[in-house]
Amino acid sequence: MDMKRSYYEDIRLFPSCVTVFWAVVLLAFLLAYPFLFKNYYVYMANYIAINIIVVVGLNLLVGYTGQISLGHAGFYAIGAYATITLMSLAGFPFLAALICAGLIAAAFGFLLGLPALRLEGPYLAIATLGFGVTITTIIGRIEMLGGRQGLHAPDLVIMGYPLDTDRQFYYLVMIITVLLVLFARNVTKTKVGRAFIAIRDAHIAAETMGVNLVLYKTMAFALSAFYAGVAGGLYAFVLRFIEPGLFSLFLSVFFLTMAVAGGLGSVMGPIAGAIVLSFLDLQLRNILSIPYVGDWLRHLSASYFSLTGVSNIQFIVFGAILIAIMLFEPLGLYGLWIRTKKYWKTWPF
Amino acid sequence: MIDFLQMIISGIAVGSSYALMALGMVLIYKASEVPNFVQGEMALLPVFIAYMIIHSYGQSVFAAFFGALAFAMLLGCLLEFIVVRRAKNPNILGLIIITIGLEMVLLGFVSWKFGADQRVMPFPISSYSSVMFGGVYISILDLLTLVAALVIMTGLFFFFRFSKLGVAMKATQQNETAARLMGIRTNRVKMITWGISATVGTVAGLLLAPVFMEPYMMWDPMLKGFAAAVIGGMTSLPGAVFGAYIVGIVEHLFGGYVSMEYKAVVAFAVIVLVLCVKPSGLFARHYVKKV
Repeated sequence: MDMKRSYYEDIRLFPSCVTVFWAVVLLAFLLAYPFLFKNYYVYMANYIAINIIVVVGLNLLVGYTGQISLGHAGFYAIGAYATITLMSLAGFPFLAALICAGLIAAAFGFLLGLPALRLEGPYLAIATLGFGVTITTIIGRIEMLGGRQGLHAPDLVIMGYPLDTDRQFYYLVMIITVLLVLFARNVTKTKVGRAFIAIRDAHIAAETMGVNLVLYKTMAFALSAFYAGVAGGLYAFVLRFIEPGLFSLFLSVFFLTMAVAGGLGSVMGPIAGAIVLSFLDLQLRNILSIPYVGDWLRHLSASYFSLTGVSNIQFIVFGAILIAIMLFEPLGLYGLWIRTKKYWKTWPF
Repeated sequence: MIDFLQMIISGIAVGSSYALMALGMVLIYKASEVPNFVQGEMALLPVFIAYMIIHSYGQSVFAAFFGALAFAMLLGCLLEFIVVRRAKNPNILGLIIITIGLEMVLLGFVSWKFGADQRVMPFPISSYSSVMFGGVYISILDLLTLVAALVIMTGLFFFFRFSKLGVAMKATQQNETAARLMGIRTNRVKMITWGISATVGTVAGLLLAPVFMEPYMMWDPMLKGFAAAVIGGMTSLPGAVFGAYIVGIVEHLFGGYVSMEYKAVVAFAVIVLVLCVKPSGLFARHYVKKV
């Protein structure tokens, strides 16, 4: 396809004028979004944007560095709790609290990265999984953090302007999301990103070439945890109420599902995956009210299955998506897009 | 002292069900290098099938359990044949994701079918009756689990030592190409390994069901079994059993002497500690990759 002739061509943010045009269109759409759609869809956009942040960060770890994490819900929880606690107990302003929460999560990521230096495959999977489960359990036992009852988010004021509706919050979330996505995209083109990729492809060869494994592996964990922490802080203000039960193992699996469905090892893929699967998640939560399918499912459940368990269909759907992606298109939506593009570029031949 | 002994005994009893899950995992990991997250749900579905056989078709408990074990064998084989085998040169992350996907599908299916109600599995032995050895109580169900675990372990030992299929399995695990050159159908051997693993897991599930039965019942044993298998090194059957008893005993001692609240997560702290010292578990030779 389009061949790159120099290094500077490869690292350019916008490869051509066409991309600039589409980027401007996208930004204009994002700006106008709250005026075009109803309140619920603005809430939905916030939820999706937060998932995009987590998944882009997770992808830096899983897709680029090749380290498995089944514990991202733990970092997400740390971010959410740290933001609220710093604001209500220490009196931090929101943005400072959010950044501090991200840094705290990053510190935990660094700590988790240390044992991960020596682990791979199933060993790493179980260690990160254990981390996620343990963090949620510990948070649920600390009285200062609300224990099992959970915490309410304080009022949100930024530089004197109160943000109390989803529409006002939307712009804040979008600015942070766009910044973090651009940052992730640029990181993958720098020395750091190249080191991540080298570690993923052959860590022994990378070490021989002078890549510092200790530095870059822990950096990948910390960076990924920072993204999850910031997203967690924002999520606390979308829900306005958090409790330990929100940050279960299934949430970690859900993040991984989004990253895999979008396509590991790209920046655009996970964004697409996050959009599609978060939308699906919100729709499947009240599956019986989906037109046509809902009635049929109610009938089916009443006669062969059970009505109380009907919400579990979303597990079946997500599981089937994971299996189908791995069997038919391991690169996910991004791979599908690349294939379609290639097909039409050379079409009649 | 009696307290201490009681905790050790309860730990061993719980450890037995972890050991069964861990054995199933290690069997599959040795045969096809799949970290098997679907282990718990491969046992869950047969357990609910047994419940259905008893309740909807009015059969005896014995027949239901036999049916469940047969179904587990079939389910394990089918999962390998239909899904896992179809993956195109998957890496370890891909396999983890496939098994998590299967796990979600089976879990979703069972909880859709049976809803959120609490159920009780009919069982000839009440889960409250217990016997006493020198001041230490052990429930008969736990004793049965322990016996079942021991029987299955010895059974597997003899199976791998003396049966043709067992030796073929060992050969496939050691060197797949060589095994195929010797005329072993390695794909079929792997499929049967999945079946056996599901059956072993189902034994644990059936013995857990009289105490606690709901769609999430296998989560905890599965994770603890996984932890145990990792402590043992993922490739050693005795290691997995040893790891399972360590997890069970440490859990109970921690619950008794330190804190009941963190009992559920102490297993993960143990494995992180063990892995920091020995990154491939206690019983596996450290595997060095050639570049």
